[in-house]
Amino acid sequence: MALFEAIILSVLAASTPLLIAAIGELVTERAGVLNLGVEGMMIMGAACGFGGAWLSGSVIVGALCGIVAGTLMSLIFALMTLGLAVNQVATGLALTILGIGLSGLIGAGFVGERITPAPHLYIPGLTDIPFAGRILFGEDGFIYLSLALVIGVWLFLYRTQAGLILRAAGDNHVSAHALGYPVLRIRMFAVMFGGACAGLAGAYLPLAYTPFFIPGMTAGRGWIALALVVFASWRPGRLVIGAYLFGAVTILQLHTQALGLGIPSQFMSALPYLATVIVLVLISRARTGGSTAPAALGTVFVPDR
Amino acid sequence: MQLVLEKRAERSNTIALISPLIAIGLTIVTMTILFAILGKNPILALHAYFIAPLSDSYSLQEIAVKATPLVMIAVGLSLCYLANVWNIGAEGQFLIGAVAGSWLPVVTHGTDAGYWVLPAMLVCGTVAGALYALIPAICKVKFGASEILTSLMLVYVADLFLDYMVRGPWRDPNGFNFPTTAEFDPVATVPLLVSGGRLHLGAIIALLVVAAVAVMLGRTIKGFEIRVVGAAPRAARFGGFNSNQLILLTFAISGGLAGLAGIIEVAGPVGHLQPGFSPGYGFTAIIVAFLGRLNPVGILIAGLFLALTFIGGEQAQIAMKIPLDVTKVFQGILLFYVLACDSLILYRFRLIFPSPKVSSGAV
Repeated sequence: MALFEAIILSVLAASTPLLIAAIGELVTERAGVLNLGVEGMMIMGAACGFGGAWLSGSVIVGALCGIVAGTLMSLIFALMTLGLAVNQVATGLALTILGIGLSGLIGAGFVGERITPAPHLYIPGLTDIPFAGRILFGEDGFIYLSLALVIGVWLFLYRTQAGLILRAAGDNHVSAHALGYPVLRIRMFAVMFGGACAGLAGAYLPLAYTPFFIPGMTAGRGWIALALVVFASWRPGRLVIGAYLFGAVTILQLHTQALGLGIPSQFMSALPYLATVIVLVLISRARTGGSTAPAALGTVFVPDR
Repeated sequence: MQLVLEKRAERSNTIALISPLIAIGLTIVTMTILFAILGKNPILALHAYFIAPLSDSYSLQEIAVKATPLVMIAVGLSLCYLANVWNIGAEGQFLIGAVAGSWLPVVTHGTDAGYWVLPAMLVCGTVAGALYALIPAICKVKFGASEILTSLMLVYVADLFLDYMVRGPWRDPNGFNFPTTAEFDPVATVPLLVSGGRLHLGAIIALLVVAAVAVMLGRTIKGFEIRVVGAAPRAARFGGFNSNQLILLTFAISGGLAGLAGIIEVAGPVGHLQPGFSPGYGFTAIIVAFLGRLNPVGILIAGLFLALTFIGGEQAQIAMKIPLDVTKVFQGILLFYVLACDSLILYRFRLIFPSPKVSSGAV
């Protein structure tokens, strides 16, 4: 039972950065923008988040630094793709390359340093309930925040007028523009939200997951988050399922490695990446009838005047 | 005040020619600021980056050696990008080509295998790279899965596979437990062009690849189809071009070239298979492809330029203790400027000052 509890706790922890980054990218894509730079924004969030926490001694300051770093990175992307009408795929790649380089430069000063990781919730009585207590009431703040984000995004997208307009901009920017909605401004805010989330997701890694910073520590999580958005068919609810499934695969491979089944560790480490490929194939195949992707996803919009 | 894009009546050929130069100029200005922030003398740093490597024959050869894989990979990638499909997993295809090509030298090591070994290795590397690239291409064509994400995921898989091979079955028994294969035999090594130097036969192969792709793009029907599918997909459909077949073809060619580059790198400058032998050539090649404007000759020049930044970065690290990550930052910034300047080919930038009387509610 203790092992099972430990596995669930570690699955939640491994899933949270994926969930936070993916919910941000989901909003960005719902507005019609494909930002492939999630990995770059995440690793910048990790470097700046750790730097902030290490210098200030506060995890909250670190998280804010991560959010700011991710948002600034996304603003470069917004300037390029919305302001200068540059191809979104190429710009996203550039953002990732830049993020990996810059984070190495910024993080070089902190490599080898440690911080006190984010504290876990403790409510006397509730957290002490065997098994369920730790899982429901004993997590770090990021995990609750990630679920709040998903609910917030769901309410925003489906229960507010602003959410409806955002989805309209993502499905048909010409019509949205013709109706007088500021397509580019809507998209800029959506890109910034995606950047903020990616930055926070990156910051989660050194602030709560492992209490130190290693260059390249995001290890492809940004790309997996992008795949999760496809997996979720651009719907927040399914994103939670997808993120936890992927977290489970990650943790499963770690535990199987520890069991020493004789399977080379590299094969187990490759599992999350292979799972992503397989899931993408299965999801895309199941969807041959019609795509659920935002109709204008990835297309450049230059308003006529 | 507001920045507005205005579509040009036709693409500007002048800007198409000078946009990479503007981009390089802007990058150098940005780098000067970055060096100043890092507390390094910008003039000395720029000298170490761009001038010093050009001043001795060893460094010049080293630039050609580094440009070889970059150009070969980027030329293949340019075919994909021209056809508007996104192979961003060239790094994985490069690694798989290196691993597959290393099979023969590992099994023939220490035997009296003849001169057939190297050509056979190059074939193995090319075929393996092409097959590996066909995985995302088939997933795209058959199931509609995003080739961007699948090709990238396979980079991590290739990296782990390489790691497994050199730590497991192929580890050199006399290698003091280091994760590396035995040093390749002379018959399994790419011959040097100048004895005692660094330049090897791979550079000639890269030039041949550039020429072949230039001919293919400019003089053959397939090359024409690739360009039309990318530039005008509707017209291509009316023309009856099979876009699925073109996706498979461009992925196979780019993967094959990346795989060939991989085995040449291992059998040439490196001399044995080991993890981390690639400083991310497959990713830098994406920058090379765009900086070279997806044109084979342009890519050749762009490849030499980015190779220069690799060498310059190493020299700047040794001489001025500038971190190696600065090279990656440089490359990322360069790609941004290249893409931004490319926008000038299709659009004109205009600053608009709204007149105060009219409320600009539309924005």
